[in-house]
Amino acid sequence: MAKTESGWSRRDFVRVSVAVGGGLLVSVGCKPAGKGTEVAAGGAGGGTLEPNAFVRIDASGNVTVISKHLEMGEGNYTGLATLVAEELDADWAKVKVEGAGADAKKYANLLFGMQGTGGSSAIANSWEQYRKAGAAARAVLLTAAAKQWGVAETELTTEPGVVVHAKSSRRAEYGTLVAAAAKLAPPENPQLKDPKDYRYIGKDKSTPRTDVKEKSSGTATYTQDVKLPGLLTAVVAHAPLFGATVKSFDATKAKAVPGVKDVVQIPSGVAVVAEHFWAAKQGRAALTVQWDTSKANTKGSADVAADLRALAGKAGVEVRKEGDGAKTLAGAAKTVEATYEFPYLAHASMEPLNCVVQLNKDGAELWYGCQFQTFDQMAVAAVLGMKPEQIKINMLYAGGSFGRRANGKSDYVVEAASIAKAINGRAPVKLVWTREDDTSAGYFRPAFLHHIKGGLDKTGAPVAWVHRIAGQSVMAGTPMAPKDGKDGASFEGAADQPYVGGNVYADVHTPDIGIPVQWWRSVGNTHTAFAVEMFVDELAHAGGKDPVEFRRGLLGKEPRWLGVLNLAAEKAGWGSKLPAGHSRGVAVHKSFGSYVAEVAEVSLEGGKPKVHRVVCAVDCGLVVNPDIARSQMEGGIAYGLGAALYGKIDIDKGKVVSTNFDRYRVLRQREMPVVEVYFVPSTEKPTGVGEPGTPPIGPAVGNALFALTGKPVRKLPFVS
Amino acid sequence: MATINVNGQAKDVTADPAMPLLWVLRDVLGMTGTKFGCGMAQCGACTVHIDGVPTRSCVTPLSTVGDKKVTTIEGLSADASHPVQKAWIELQVPQCGYCQSGQIMSAVALLEAKPTPTDADIDTAMNGNICRCGTYQRIRAAIHRAAEMKKG
Repeated sequence: MAKTESGWSRRDFVRVSVAVGGGLLVSVGCKPAGKGTEVAAGGAGGGTLEPNAFVRIDASGNVTVISKHLEMGEGNYTGLATLVAEELDADWAKVKVEGAGADAKKYANLLFGMQGTGGSSAIANSWEQYRKAGAAARAVLLTAAAKQWGVAETELTTEPGVVVHAKSSRRAEYGTLVAAAAKLAPPENPQLKDPKDYRYIGKDKSTPRTDVKEKSSGTATYTQDVKLPGLLTAVVAHAPLFGATVKSFDATKAKAVPGVKDVVQIPSGVAVVAEHFWAAKQGRAALTVQWDTSKANTKGSADVAADLRALAGKAGVEVRKEGDGAKTLAGAAKTVEATYEFPYLAHASMEPLNCVVQLNKDGAELWYGCQFQTFDQMAVAAVLGMKPEQIKINMLYAGGSFGRRANGKSDYVVEAASIAKAINGRAPVKLVWTREDDTSAGYFRPAFLHHIKGGLDKTGAPVAWVHRIAGQSVMAGTPMAPKDGKDGASFEGAADQPYVGGNVYADVHTPDIGIPVQWWRSVGNTHTAFAVEMFVDELAHAGGKDPVEFRRGLLGKEPRWLGVLNLAAEKAGWGSKLPAGHSRGVAVHKSFGSYVAEVAEVSLEGGKPKVHRVVCAVDCGLVVNPDIARSQMEGGIAYGLGAALYGKIDIDKGKVVSTNFDRYRVLRQREMPVVEVYFVPSTEKPTGVGEPGTPPIGPAVGNALFALTGKPVRKLPFVS
Repeated sequence: MATINVNGQAKDVTADPAMPLLWVLRDVLGMTGTKFGCGMAQCGACTVHIDGVPTRSCVTPLSTVGDKKVTTIEGLSADASHPVQKAWIELQVPQCGYCQSGQIMSAVALLEAKPTPTDADIDTAMNGNICRCGTYQRIRAAIHRAAEMKKG
């Protein structure tokens, strides 16, 4: 069933075959991807060329690109394959991608120094590495052809998948050369193409996504779909409050549910292990657990909001100081003061969290949408009393993540490993979280408060900016925790706002609250962009200036900010007439190295905001896959718009109330605006696209509402 | 034991009559194209057709299926060749892809009922299918494209 595509299987080390009874069986066998390794295989000339850890070419000319990054929707599998295919001069129809195993030596994210996907960095950190991988493969193919034909390498060229010697009209498909090429040492620093010769990079729609066919036919394998002989499914009774622990439990009734195999206590709760999900879920419902809540969090979201408001009146840890903001403010012709408040948000990926673990004599093997291999290996090894390298990870597609699967404590992975350990590894086990488990487990985008004071001179030009930020640190308690109390993720995009210099002050509070928090698509920029861009409009309004003109006047030294602002304003027809009751709002933000401006056209329908059209201008350097970058802006806008309009996790006396999509409202089809995406042409190195589309949409819509009603929007979400 | 009709084939199933069809398909029959998203008919990831009607299999007990005809994503085509699937591929709709089986099943049912849907028809018919990657704009375009393809 999974081998419908010309016999090719997406993951070399997870071979899927139809088993007796119609089920699927996954058998496991890992083929090492060593330098210059020659592997015997069938096909015309035989052999497989593996010049490095990132590409493999078989005797039929099929090219397999090995992705070190998790494909969770943002298109990096296709993006990385594009880089290899460009320099290899591959035939795109013959290019496939498989996920890499966990091996930080080979597959580290070069920006992180360990293996992991995040920070919109998949293409940015791989830009040279994957092109060189492709170029090295092409180099040995050329050498092999030159030797075979007895001609000079300089006389050879390539067409997609073929080495060509024009003088003698000879042609050799890559597959026929791999056996000979595999015997050669690939160059360490192969020559890279002149960008003017690019066939794929930046060429719109030249490299369609490698994963859409399987994702349009139900054949793509997610964690939820893994099948192993004897696989059991576990559902966990989690604590009702963050920080509560199991006091005691009675599993008598749970064990009586047909299909339930075992009930075991683990550090995060009580796991019901069964033949299938339904039995495990029924078993959990029949379970009685007494919880020790003596150390649990009992704060609700309203309590946290009150705490943050109290902190707004106290000095925090300084993160930017230029001149004397307070003094300048006191002498300003006009001052503006605003407080912006942000709720907790859940990631709410479509695939609730899950993970498959199998213990074996040499270690443990895991299958899941793994986002942070190095952390997960360390965390699982600690649970199982093993070494990190004994933890083998098979990276599958993730049904979304938006940051959630990169958990600093590897929470759900540790939970799965703990269950496998508790049942003594006697069967492979798939941990499945329900939607309610997923939404209630915390690791939310933290609630935040921004308090900003700004001063204008007589001409309406801003002269001072004083900014206080309060909210939990997403890095605290993780291996990346800041040592000086300054978590950059709390103030990125705010302390470094580009609009006002000279007399600027910013400080930050990072209260310790017992509600787990984590990065969420675009991290701190989810709130900092909103506060800054709303406040810029409030300043413009106070000074009687047009929001676009006002920004242009302040961004003179920031050509890339200005570039996207001008492009978005032009394409949106900024200033042109709109239907009655409609207004426009603008926001610009830089995150993950990319600059994005968005103009939203909004009206009110029944008192509720309706977003009709969003024009998005992006400068992300050289755009590798324009259609994927476009899709990321569309998706980033939808994700941010849903949060701005409706997103909030309510917590009452420590208990999460917003547990499923009925109470945690997200954007739906009817609310999706028309999104137009434009790129600023650039020859700069590529930067991120997965996250930068998200930050500007909230403030763009907020500013449109401000223009429409004359009342600034200072609390999220807009619709409560 | 119950016998249900899935994609034109009779399937013998031994399971709790209260077990939702979703888990019968996934865990008993091993047909994993239909996805689990919310378990309470909020997200549409589990959408299948029952006698042609788009239905949330996560809240449909096995006992209510009887001899009705169940169609899943696997039953649309063997090779992603259904016009809706072709349109999905042409317009590069999926991102993470996890909701797309359900999206496609809802879209197929819409086009059966309304061969030439308007944007408003699409927004109404597809409003029960959540996509957290935000592929909604491409879904709209792909349904129009599929409508064209179906007319040939």
